[in-house]
Amino acid sequence: MSEIIRKLEMRKITKKFPGVLACNNIDIHLKSGEILALLGENGAGKTTLMNVLFGLYQPEHGEIFINDKKVIINSPSTAFKYGIGMVHQHFMLVPNLTVVENVALGLIGKRIFKLNLNEARSKILEVSKLYGLSVHPDAYIWQLSVGEQQRVELIKVLCLGANLLILDEPTAALTPQETDELIILLKKMAENDRSIIFISHKLNEVKAVSNRVCVLRNGSLVYEGKTKEHSVAALAEKMAGREISMPTLKEKSKATTPILEIKNVFAKGNKGTMALDDFSLTVNKGEIVGIAGVSGNGQKELADVINGISHIESGKILLHNKEITNQSPQKIINKGMGYIPEDRIHEGTISSFSVKENIIMKDYNKTPLSKSLFLQNKVIEDYSLELIKNYNIKCPNNKTSCGSLSGGNVQKVILARELSRKPEMLIASYPIRGLDIGAAEYVHEQLLEARKENVGVLLISEELDELLDICDRIAVIYEGKILDILDRDIATKSKLGLLMAGIKDEKKVI
Amino acid sequence: MKKKLYNETIYRLLIIAIAIFSALFVGAILLLIAKTNPLKAYHIMFTEPLSGKFGLTEILVRAAPLMLVGLGIAIAFRSGIINIGGEGQIMIGAIFGTFIALSFPDLPTYILLPFIFIASFIGGAIWGGIAGWMKAYLSVNEILSTIMLNYIAFQVYMFLIRGPMIDPKEVSYGTGVPQTALLSKNAWLARIVPASRLHAGIIIAVILAICVYIFLWKTTIGYKLRAAGAEAKAAKYIGVNVKNYLVLAMLLSGGFAGMAGAIEVCGVHHRGLESISAGYGFSGIVVALFGGLHPLGIIPASAVFGLLIVGADMMQRSITVPASIILAIQGLIILAIVSSQIFFSNIAIKEKIMTKLKLMKPGDKDDS
Repeated sequence: MSEIIRKLEMRKITKKFPGVLACNNIDIHLKSGEILALLGENGAGKTTLMNVLFGLYQPEHGEIFINDKKVIINSPSTAFKYGIGMVHQHFMLVPNLTVVENVALGLIGKRIFKLNLNEARSKILEVSKLYGLSVHPDAYIWQLSVGEQQRVELIKVLCLGANLLILDEPTAALTPQETDELIILLKKMAENDRSIIFISHKLNEVKAVSNRVCVLRNGSLVYEGKTKEHSVAALAEKMAGREISMPTLKEKSKATTPILEIKNVFAKGNKGTMALDDFSLTVNKGEIVGIAGVSGNGQKELADVINGISHIESGKILLHNKEITNQSPQKIINKGMGYIPEDRIHEGTISSFSVKENIIMKDYNKTPLSKSLFLQNKVIEDYSLELIKNYNIKCPNNKTSCGSLSGGNVQKVILARELSRKPEMLIASYPIRGLDIGAAEYVHEQLLEARKENVGVLLISEELDELLDICDRIAVIYEGKILDILDRDIATKSKLGLLMAGIKDEKKVI
Repeated sequence: MKKKLYNETIYRLLIIAIAIFSALFVGAILLLIAKTNPLKAYHIMFTEPLSGKFGLTEILVRAAPLMLVGLGIAIAFRSGIINIGGEGQIMIGAIFGTFIALSFPDLPTYILLPFIFIASFIGGAIWGGIAGWMKAYLSVNEILSTIMLNYIAFQVYMFLIRGPMIDPKEVSYGTGVPQTALLSKNAWLARIVPASRLHAGIIIAVILAICVYIFLWKTTIGYKLRAAGAEAKAAKYIGVNVKNYLVLAMLLSGGFAGMAGAIEVCGVHHRGLESISAGYGFSGIVVALFGGLHPLGIIPASAVFGLLIVGADMMQRSITVPASIILAIQGLIILAIVSSQIFFSNIAIKEKIMTKLKLMKPGDKDDS
């Protein structure tokens, strides 16, 4: 076991990538028992800086000091040797091995040809007892939920003897409850003299967990200070470099004309079980209805069946009083359905296609964009330029491939395409997931704009803040059923949180 | 923008030149082992074909079928399928075409030739379509199925030209060479350069390349095909029936290879014979990749490959190098070119090299 890290300093770190200055002369420091939040929008350089610390990247300039001694970290194994462990945004676990085997993989080194499962098991038990982390050592990774997998990642890093932990967007895939548990756990670790660097762009979490905060913007450190001295709004402003106000719904919708009616729908999911189990819901014109729920409770299937991408077993789906049950996606699109899919890289856009080609994805076969099978390049050119301008899509030109754009701009391409078609109904699945706060603000503004134009919007999300900000009504989905629908004036985070956990009657909890 | 395109082209040519050079370097070692002077050998290989009418026309004779197969492969690749079945599709196309030519020997050329090409297209399309259908509806890996279909096609083809379709003269003379009867002159493609084998097939191939370009990039069906290949999930999301487009892509891909068979039959041999394909089904894959899977890139790429083939033949004839070494050198060049693709597809590597070569300023974003 390495010497405990009492003090870590990164001095004047500069890291360049072709065409980008990812980290520009950044200084950060950290003491044991401290939780430091690294805050910044996507592409601000947070992850790059941490990858430098973890030995994945070599900086062009700058030095790292541990306990006032200069160290050179040129690989993750060196980082481990100094007691630095990192939990990546995308978990580095082998799905078809057990928890013990995964941890043992990291312990290899003493004996190359033998996995020391017993040692791994005893370490896991020791660590999980210390922090009250319950994990079954013999469970296979694929059997675990995302939250449990994260716990395994943490246990793995702790078993390897890390006393400085780097967590890269640890809450990105967690439910609100899991997030709360994680925050408690991290605080407990800090009390045990471990130090933690917490990368995030979610301000509430940063506020809840960290002692100090460093804000990065465009590769530079723009602010450093105590977390408690700043409000969430002040931090957001520092992060974005301008004032941010997430738009919220002001007046209640008076809409009563149903636009989308889902009646007693049963549909199978990937695993062959009923993912939608007697699901019914109505969305009115000019209304945003939220679907809250822990992901995997039928949201994906719901969006798919409404859009005809997969079929239902029984039930009925009506769009503007016309039946669209089990029709082809093409027909449903033509009847005025818009869809912002969850997976914006692989489903919402074609990465290798140009921005122009992505913008026409749903209308390429309609005049004037095409005439008798031939695409009309001139019209397409003008149309795409107009949308790029109107929706403020930042791209070098309309022939740039969509895959080279930032997440926020990809989402703008999708929004531009879906909204400019003037849909009657719009399904938006996790529309701000992974976006930085500026882009999220834009997406919400557009959704509210659509609502004003009498479009019915179904917003699927896990983020309660998002739902409470802009929804007229919030329905909670649990195991493929609507558990309850709350109006915006009575919905609260705690009520929704309980419903998301499947608890309808509050009295039963106690 | 112009300057950028210019630099981009220099970069491309440079990488390809380096790739070919390194392949030739390894090949030189092989030649030395075979006790041949590599400089002399390469000199013949690259200058001889270009220094006379014979060489130049022969290059284009090879380029025609390569271009057609390459176009087919590119359509399949663009639709997300790797078609290794060119060989089999060429043979089935050739036999369909030959059958039509032998059945209607008296039709006038302007009717018979289109008829033959359509038949070959259908033959190849059926053979490609089987693999496409199996992939779409039975999830059979297309690499496996196309390779296996190659074997079947070869045996079917050999059975036909040895048995039912064998030249009656071969039977009566008792020689039994496996080949069909000579086609009537009405089925021959016109020679476009006198006293050479160069036939009108090369013109047909270039016209078809332009058609494929228009089809893939200017029509809605081409758009759907490319969408289905680039991102099946997104294609489904916009209402493209991905499975059907997969089959369509393989039908077209096989059809083009089938027409390559017809070009060989009607343009070069004037009959169906055992070595009808000469490996075009496989070389066509490299031509397609080398041409950037773009129809307009495939035109020059097939000429370059024609040069490689003809040059190697000439080298073998003028200095007695074992044929196997020629094949090995061809293989090396193909490997080198295919490996060099990483320098085009990996943007980070590309930016690094281009900055070093001062073809690009650091900080210029690459958006190709």
